[in-house]
Amino acid sequence: MHELALAEAVVSIAERHAEGRRVARVELAVGRLRQVVVDSLAFSFELVAMGTPVEGAVLVVDEVPIVLACDACSAETQVETFPLACGRCGSLEVQVRTGEEFHVVALELGESRAATARR
Amino acid sequence: MHRVRVRVVENVLDANDTIAEANRCDFDAHAVTVVNLMSAPGAGKTSLLERVLGELDGIRLGVLEGDVQGSLDAERLATLHVPVTQIETGRGFGGECHLDANMVRLALPQVPLDELDLLVIENVGNLVCPAEFRVGEHHRVMVCSVAEGEDKPLKYPLMFRACELVLVNKVDLLPHLDYDLEKLLRNLDAVNPGIERILVSAKTGEGVSAWRDWLARASAHDAVPA
Repeated sequence: MHELALAEAVVSIAERHAEGRRVARVELAVGRLRQVVVDSLAFSFELVAMGTPVEGAVLVVDEVPIVLACDACSAETQVETFPLACGRCGSLEVQVRTGEEFHVVALELGESRAATARR
Repeated sequence: MHRVRVRVVENVLDANDTIAEANRCDFDAHAVTVVNLMSAPGAGKTSLLERVLGELDGIRLGVLEGDVQGSLDAERLATLHVPVTQIETGRGFGGECHLDANMVRLALPQVPLDELDLLVIENVGNLVCPAEFRVGEHHRVMVCSVAEGEDKPLKYPLMFRACELVLVNKVDLLPHLDYDLEKLLRNLDAVNPGIERILVSAKTGEGVSAWRDWLARASAHDAVPA
């Protein structure tokens, strides 16, 4: 869904935090429960970043697994897909601990563009 | 080149969510309960709104209508003397196949919030994108018709997880379909355990009073006097 619009949001966040410096790397956390197609996002990211301080940055996506905390047996288990049932006891009374993230986690920044221009 | 790692931890959809919060503040300031109504195209959102409108005595309803093209749904509802505002779907973050917080915010000046108790935002027919974009609503309701197949919850889990009520529509068709209603309900529980569901038919009126009661309860709980 809308990987192009999502890529625009990622580039915008990266640019803002970069404060004029070149961005070498953008680290994302994308939970397995989100409806994001990572390959499309990476492709769109490359397009959107062109002409910005984010151009050429490597996009690194950490696909966060689905971890459930069980209300019935207190276990924390990882599941791959639906149904979201406790991996130990099978109960559907669970909370999603991880798997719903969609964050820009960190950036790796290089020198400022002004410094590059002065050389 | 000297490199430095900077920790950010910013939600990609923060920009949308910030605007959604602003919308929510405006709704609360006017004591209007807002329901985001979603579904696949043709599941029956507009028909169910038409049907329940006649039963909402004492609750002043308005509709914010989102469509990719045209204003057919808005026109249908306008004939029932309900304030309807059409949203232009081209002015948001990603295009026309869902409503986002910015599109809703741009439409708010045309919505008579002072004259409403309840605002239903009828989203674009789409089971994928609307689930991701909060628009400032208090409640999210979806319509799933029995003409769509029992496996919909498994195929579109995010939408079914994002909502707190599913209206299972077109139950009048059940005698004519090879449809396993119990299977649908099991699939609902597989992706969103215990999610509230009401079996309805916009055609015969079955279940509409329960849908009406749900709206009335939602409207009463969320009223926050300014």
